[in-house]
Amino acid sequence: MKNLIQKLTETFSPSGNEAAIRAVILDEIKSYADEIQVDALGNLIARKGSKTRNGMRIMLAAHMDEIGLMAAHIDEHGFIRFTGLGGIRPLNLSGGRVRFMDGTSGVIGSDRLSDLGKAPTLDQCFIDVGANSRADCPILIGDVCAFERPFIDLGNRMIAKSMDDRIGCAVMIEAMQLLKTSPHEIFFVFTTQEEVGLRGASTSAFGVDPDLGISVDVTGTGDTPRGSKMEVSLGKGPAIKIKDGGMLSDPRIVSWMIRTAEKAKIPCQREILEGGTTDARAIQVARAGVPSGCISIPTRYIHSPSEMVDTSDVQNAVKLLVALVSSRVAL
Amino acid sequence: MPAIGNNQLKLLEKLCNACSVSGDEGEVRGIVLAELKRHVESVKVDTLGNVLTQRIGSGSKRLRVMLSAHMDEVGFMLVGNDGEGLYRFEIVGGIDERQLPGKSVLVGHRNIPGVIGAKPIHFSSSEDLKHKVPLEDLRIDIGTGETGVKLGDRAAFATRFQRNGSVIMAKALDNRLGVFTLLELVKNSTPNIDLFAAFTVQEEIGMRGAKVAAFTFIPDLGIAVDSTPALDLPDWDGEENTSYNTKLGMGPAIYVADNDTLSDPRLVRWMIDSGKASGIPYQIRQPGSGGTDAGAIHRARSGIPSLSVSIPHRYSHTAVSIAWLDDLRNTYALLHAALLQLNPALLHSERA
Repeated sequence: MKNLIQKLTETFSPSGNEAAIRAVILDEIKSYADEIQVDALGNLIARKGSKTRNGMRIMLAAHMDEIGLMAAHIDEHGFIRFTGLGGIRPLNLSGGRVRFMDGTSGVIGSDRLSDLGKAPTLDQCFIDVGANSRADCPILIGDVCAFERPFIDLGNRMIAKSMDDRIGCAVMIEAMQLLKTSPHEIFFVFTTQEEVGLRGASTSAFGVDPDLGISVDVTGTGDTPRGSKMEVSLGKGPAIKIKDGGMLSDPRIVSWMIRTAEKAKIPCQREILEGGTTDARAIQVARAGVPSGCISIPTRYIHSPSEMVDTSDVQNAVKLLVALVSSRVAL
Repeated sequence: MPAIGNNQLKLLEKLCNACSVSGDEGEVRGIVLAELKRHVESVKVDTLGNVLTQRIGSGSKRLRVMLSAHMDEVGFMLVGNDGEGLYRFEIVGGIDERQLPGKSVLVGHRNIPGVIGAKPIHFSSSEDLKHKVPLEDLRIDIGTGETGVKLGDRAAFATRFQRNGSVIMAKALDNRLGVFTLLELVKNSTPNIDLFAAFTVQEEIGMRGAKVAAFTFIPDLGIAVDSTPALDLPDWDGEENTSYNTKLGMGPAIYVADNDTLSDPRLVRWMIDSGKASGIPYQIRQPGSGGTDAGAIHRARSGIPSLSVSIPHRYSHTAVSIAWLDDLRNTYALLHAALLQLNPALLHSERA
C-alpha cells in the first residue's frame, strides 16, 4: 500500500486540475469497477456491485485535489505573483519548491521583511522559476502549481505533501480492491475541488443520488507539543467523525461505525473537529438530504508540504471501510 | 465587428439609469422584457424574478448554452424612520461605507430623490476628518411631504448616464454592461446552438437567481456575462502594479479562477482560441477573489462546465463607474464569435 501512497502523493493535481491524479487512480481501479464515469466537474465515479434486496446505494468520497497556487501576475523581471487555491498558509511557503502542470519547477521567495520573526503575507510572496524577464518566463496568468516534496516512509509513520486527501484516495482504492461481496451498490467517488469548497462532491452527490454517504478524509490531531486541544492522536486508529465545522454526522451512522469497529476489533477514535469540513457536508445536503458520516485519517501538519500519518491508522481505516460496506446496513 | 449605434446607446443609457437593487429588480426587468418581446417568441419570469428566454437553433447536434447576466445592482434598504424625512438604512451587496456621505440617491419605485447627508466641513474638527462616518450615523434625507416612502424600500445611487465619445460613466455598470451584451447576443443568436438566456436577480447578495435559473435550464455549459473592476491605475511609488485585476482597453476579461469558480479549462481554451482566430483582443482576469453567476451555475444539479467573461470598468460598486465602449464592443464580438464556432466536440474530452 505504501507504493500506492507514494504514487498518489507524488502526483501534482491542485483543485480544478485533477486530470493527472484522475489518470493514476483510474489505472488502479479500472479492473475492480463495474462501471466508471467522469462527470462535468471531473469527478471520477466508479460503481462496484448492484443493489440487492438488503442493499443500499452508498456513496464513498475522497477528494483527489490538493491545495496549490495559481499565477496572478508575471512581473517585468519574470517573478510570479500568485493567489492561493484552497487553504494556503503563508507560514509554510518561504523556501518551498513548487511544480507547475507543465513540469516547470520554482522556489517561493518573498519581499524583504522588516520583521524576520513574522511570516510574510501572500502578496509579499512570489515564485522564482529562474526567468530573467516576463518574456523569458514560461508561466502564464492562471497556470497552477503544487508543492514539490518527495514521499518519505518512516516505517510506522509516513510523510508527504497532499496526504490531504490522497491518503483517503488510497484507503478507498485499497478497500475497493479488497471488497469481495456486498449487498450494496457502491459508488467510489474521487472528487474534485474539495479544497475550494466541496464543489465536486456537491455535484457528484446530486448525480449519484445515494441512500447513504461517507467521506474519507484527513483530520487534525492534538498530540503535538502545545498543539490544539483535540482528542485525536496518531496511531489510535481511524477517527469516526461526530462533528466538524460544517457538518453534524448522522448519529445513526456514528454508532453503526463504532459498533462495526468494535465487533471487528479495529481500534478507532471519536472525532470532534472545531474547524474545517469534508465532502460529507456536501453529500448530506444534496437533493432531499442524505444520511452521512466520515472516516478520518488523523494527520499532523495539515496543509503544509509535509503532512504526517500513521501507517496502522491507514490500514485500520481500510479494514473499517471494508467491514462497513460488506454487509447489510441497519440504521 | 458590430457597431454600437445610437439605438444601442439609448438602450444602455436606459438600463444604467434604471434602479434595480437586489431583490427589487422590476425596473430593469421591465426594460429587458420590452426588448426581448420584439425578438423572441417566449419569455418567462420565474419565481425569483429571473427573466428566462431561449432561442432554439437549427443545426444538428446543438449544445444547450446558458448565458447569464445579472440585472441587480448594489444599493440600500430603508430600515428605520427617524421622522422629518430622515431614514436609517442598510447596505445591500458590497459598498464601501466611505463612499456614502454626500451621495444622491433615488428611493422606492417612484424614484423619490434623497441624499445621504454629510456634515459640512465648516463644522468638522480635524479629528472628524480622520475617520469614516459609520453606517449607523448616516441617514438618507428625503425631506418632508407626501413621498410614499416606507421601510423596506430600496434606494439606489442617483447618478445619470454620461458619455464622452467612447467613454461612458454611470452607476451600476456592474452589470448593466452585461445585461446590454446579453440582450444583443439574444437578438443576434447563432443557429448552431440552443441559446438559453437568464437575466438574473440577486447576484450581488449571493448568486441566488442564477442558482435556480441553471436548475431550470439544465444546460450543457454556462457562461456568466458580467462586469469586473479594473484597478489599473499606476502605483503611487512608480513600482509595477501587480494587482490590477483587469485593465481598461485590453478587451473582455476571461476568468480562470475567482472565489466561487474554477473555470472549466476547455471553455477557457475555446474562448481564447476564438479571440485569436477572430483577432479580437481579450485579457485574462487575474485569479483571485470575487465571484459571478458562474459560481452558482457550475454547481447546479450534477455539474455544468462554466466560465465567466466580464467587461472591465473602473470604480465598481461606487456611485459612478467608468468604462470604455471598445471593451463593451469587443466583449460582444468575442462572445458572438465564440458561440458561432462552438462545436459539441468541445465537451467530448474530459475536463482537465
